Amino acid sequence: MPQIAQLADTWSSQVFWLLVFFGITFFVIGKGMVPKVMDTVAQRDGQIAADLAAAKAARDAADEQEEAWRVKENENRAAAQAIVAKAKDEAAKKSEKKLAAAQKRLDKKLAEAEVRIDEARTAALAEVESVATEAAQDIVKTLAGVSVTKPVAAKAVKEQMAHG
Amino acid sequence: MAAEQAKVDPMYQFTIEPLGGSEAWELAGYNIAFTNSAMWMLITTVVLFIFVLGGMRRQLVPGRWQMMVETFTGFIDNMLEANIGKAGRKYVPYVFSLFMFILFANLLGLLPLGVIGLHPFTFTSHFTVTGVLAIISFSIVLLVGFWKHGLHFFSLFVPHGTPLPMIPVIAPIEFISFMVRPFSLGLRLFVAMMAGHVLLEVLSSFVIDGTNAGAGFGLLVGLPSFILMIGICALELLVAGIQAYVFALLTSLYINDAENLH
Repeated sequence: MPQIAQLADTWSSQVFWLLVFFGITFFVIGKGMVPKVMDTVAQRDGQIAADLAAAKAARDAADEQEEAWRVKENENRAAAQAIVAKAKDEAAKKSEKKLAAAQKRLDKKLAEAEVRIDEARTAALAEVESVATEAAQDIVKTLAGVSVTKPVAAKAVKEQMAHG
Repeated sequence: MAAEQAKVDPMYQFTIEPLGGSEAWELAGYNIAFTNSAMWMLITTVVLFIFVLGGMRRQLVPGRWQMMVETFTGFIDNMLEANIGKAGRKYVPYVFSLFMFILFANLLGLLPLGVIGLHPFTFTSHFTVTGVLAIISFSIVLLVGFWKHGLHFFSLFVPHGTPLPMIPVIAPIEFISFMVRPFSLGLRLFVAMMAGHVLLEVLSSFVIDGTNAGAGFGLLVGLPSFILMIGICALELLVAGIQAYVFALLTSLYINDAENLH
């Protein structure tokens, strides 16, 4: 086993060169280069974290704006609905008033017309009576040769008409 | 080797050889020959440097390479944060270096460079190397522990809620288990890497010897061994990653003890 057989001859050289080369490795690579590599990693991690934070902030701001927009939108919609309702209300009131006026006018016209009809009917009845009276006088004179006075004839006619 | 009587020595791959006549180099009386082991440490360091350099483009949107490097740093970072907490971040450079150094050493040692005549050397299969790494980790634990908690660090040996009469019994056991940590840490990696490489070498000797012994043996022994080798190679790649992970994970757990006591 050379490790033991050569120990006496080689240990000093082994230890010396190991210290030399491991020393170089430690001081040049470990102390000199590794911190820079890790620094780069840390920088990148920082950059990523910062970017993520910025993105999150932007998203939050966007959410906030959307929320504000939504609130405003809701307000606008409510206002619009109020205006529409008011207009509808007004229109309904107006049309109701108009309808009422028209109804009144119609009622009045109807009443007048009924009055006129009544008058016309009364006049017509009076006419029929007078005509019937004259006719009755004529018929009696012709058939019986009796001259009947007007009031008598009228009375008889009225009786007959009342009987129907 | 295979040509001369198909002699495969499974241990030969761990032999350390000085390169380029450097066997006489000395520093303060100690031999510091630039060996094949040191060569592969150099290669590991350079490959790791290039790998991490590719991740330094610092683009906001990472490419594949940058992503890969960042995955590794993030992996270590997460592991330390999960085991130690926020205070764990300051250990990322050390644990990352440790993890990647061992990982690259393990993987580079598995490269099939023998095909082009080179001899890959896995220096993590030497306990001198893994032992030093373990001692460094253990020293950090001790330094951090005593730095942060002073002598209160010794309360680590008395688990929370131990009944008073049990303390004289528990404390030595805890102390021993604490002191065993660097050994288990270093030996685990060394043993795992060595065992895998020896296994591959032994199987390859079966393939070579079996095939040399004739077509019948080749089919009976060589082919199954070869198929098994392919599977073991995949397993070794897994072990390479797992052992590096275990080393880094245990180091971070031990540092957690030092940072937060119990």
